[in-house]
Amino acid sequence: MAKRIEVSDLNIYYGNFLAVEGVNVSIEPRSITALIGPSGCGKSTFLRSINRMHEVLPGARVEGKVVMDGQDLYGSDVDPVDVRRQIGMVFQRPNPFPTMSIYDNVIAGNRLNNKRMKRAETDELVERSLRGANLWNEVKDRLDRPGSGLSGGQQQRLCIARAIAVEPDVLLMDEPCSALDPISTLAIEDLMTELKERFTIVIVTHNMQQAARVSEQTGFFNLNGVGQPGRLIEFNPTEKIFSNPDEKATEDYISGRFG
Amino acid sequence: MSTDTQAAPPAATPQEGPVRVQRKLPRYAPFGLFAGGVAVGAALSALTGFSVISTVVYGVVLGTVAVYAASRAVEGRRKATDRLVTSLVTTAFGIAMVPLVSLVWTVLDNGLARFDGQFFSNSMYRVVGEGGGAYHAVLGTLIITALATAISVPIGLMAAIYLVEYGTGRLKKAITFFVDVMTGIPSIVAGLFAFALFTLLFGNDFRAGVMGAVALSVLMIPVVVRSCEEVLKLVPNELREASYALGVPKWRTVMKVVLPTAVAGLGTGITLAVARVVGETAPLLITVGLITGTNLNPFDGRMATLPVFAYYQLTQPGVNEQAFLDRAWTAALLLIILVMALNVVARLISRFFAPTTGR
Repeated sequence: MAKRIEVSDLNIYYGNFLAVEGVNVSIEPRSITALIGPSGCGKSTFLRSINRMHEVLPGARVEGKVVMDGQDLYGSDVDPVDVRRQIGMVFQRPNPFPTMSIYDNVIAGNRLNNKRMKRAETDELVERSLRGANLWNEVKDRLDRPGSGLSGGQQQRLCIARAIAVEPDVLLMDEPCSALDPISTLAIEDLMTELKERFTIVIVTHNMQQAARVSEQTGFFNLNGVGQPGRLIEFNPTEKIFSNPDEKATEDYISGRFG
Repeated sequence: MSTDTQAAPPAATPQEGPVRVQRKLPRYAPFGLFAGGVAVGAALSALTGFSVISTVVYGVVLGTVAVYAASRAVEGRRKATDRLVTSLVTTAFGIAMVPLVSLVWTVLDNGLARFDGQFFSNSMYRVVGEGGGAYHAVLGTLIITALATAISVPIGLMAAIYLVEYGTGRLKKAITFFVDVMTGIPSIVAGLFAFALFTLLFGNDFRAGVMGAVALSVLMIPVVVRSCEEVLKLVPNELREASYALGVPKWRTVMKVVLPTAVAGLGTGITLAVARVVGETAPLLITVGLITGTNLNPFDGRMATLPVFAYYQLTQPGVNEQAFLDRAWTAALLLIILVMALNVVARLISRFFAPTTGR
């Protein structure tokens, strides 16, 4: 079920403003790909364009190709809703639905899409997803309580459980640990390492140690100046990026000599 | 007058800290000064023939001046200014409360005389003097308001959803502008609109409760749109994005995520919009008119409503004038109770339907 994503010549716009320019990258299935770079360089924008969340914003549009297993996700006959069912997303700030219980949050993807399921099936799906997100033991006694009553780290894992409950092929994570403490971060990193057996994972992070710890491939985004478009400067195996990068800019950024 | 009530601290402060130590008026001093001001005010007022109003006016002015002067002498300029402004805003609040309290008091005083079982069980059918009631008017108000709500809420709510979730560019701006304009149209214009509309459609002699409902919904729709729009804007965008990211289509996101999250605010806004129109008189006067008997069919014939009932009881009393006046006051009291009840309902809605955090 994990799928390969090929991105070619992708330009991403906000209205007339070119935010990200000329991205060419191949994301491997069953692996973790990390995207690093300074703030405002277009990492998150690029991530959101993979599952067509970018175009939710008014005036936002994309040129170029994003191909998943041979199918262009931006083809004229492709519905963005279907793309998002294949490519799940976890956001920077945990955002469980406040009107729903923990149980309902996990099956929100199915229930909101009116998928008919038997009670036993949903019970099983909730348990499987929560176990998959390493949250089952903490919440199994209070599945009917509101999801917003959990701690920040638990909420984020609830959001991951919600994302994997719809069985996507790819999981995009936009700085999933930036609002969390180190222990919750560790829990989520362990979880990512487990999840990559089943999913293709792309993670945006500001934490370079995190990128080095969890990812196989790393992409470095940068921009030349304010108002300039962001670019993918280098895309290489993580070990190479962090030991012997091809580009001077990457080395400067990673070693802290940026600017 | 206040320096002698000063207990501590003495002029030479015992410990010199980094923060300046200030003398303070005792806590009861302002109240005492105001009481003194009122007492002096009463004396002044008695010189020119005692009246409560001049006592209060003199008292408040004298009290304010006395508190300022005392504070200036003891506490210094900054504290004195603080106390002066406190007195001024408190006075402004008091002035704002005067008409409200006076109105409620007068209506209660005059309206309670006929606030009895007969008022709620009898209509005015064949009543020319005492007795009779507003049974027909109460039911008419409830029916017409319910009908107006049934017309306004779907239109207003959907317009608000359009403005927040779908609208872009010129059309959105135009709708927002016209909704703002509609919020300000005089209610008589709404009544004339409904009157003209139904006259065109059904001829000159057509009268029905639904005319009033249409007139009221013209007034109600912009209020519903505005309040629902504000509430929908408050729903965090993250929730919409979370839903889209799960592959949920937009319309279903609106139905199942945005509206449930906002339901408390929507309920409150709609209830307050109902409260806004329930007491409208002018549009009902020219569309629905008034009858003395009970008509429960809003699609045929005139209906009685509470505001119009009160208006006619007051302006066209029969042989026993006092009986008609009493009924008018009671109808007014009932309207106030109705609006107050709607406000309470709005508060209850926002309390019980608000999303719980569970902590």
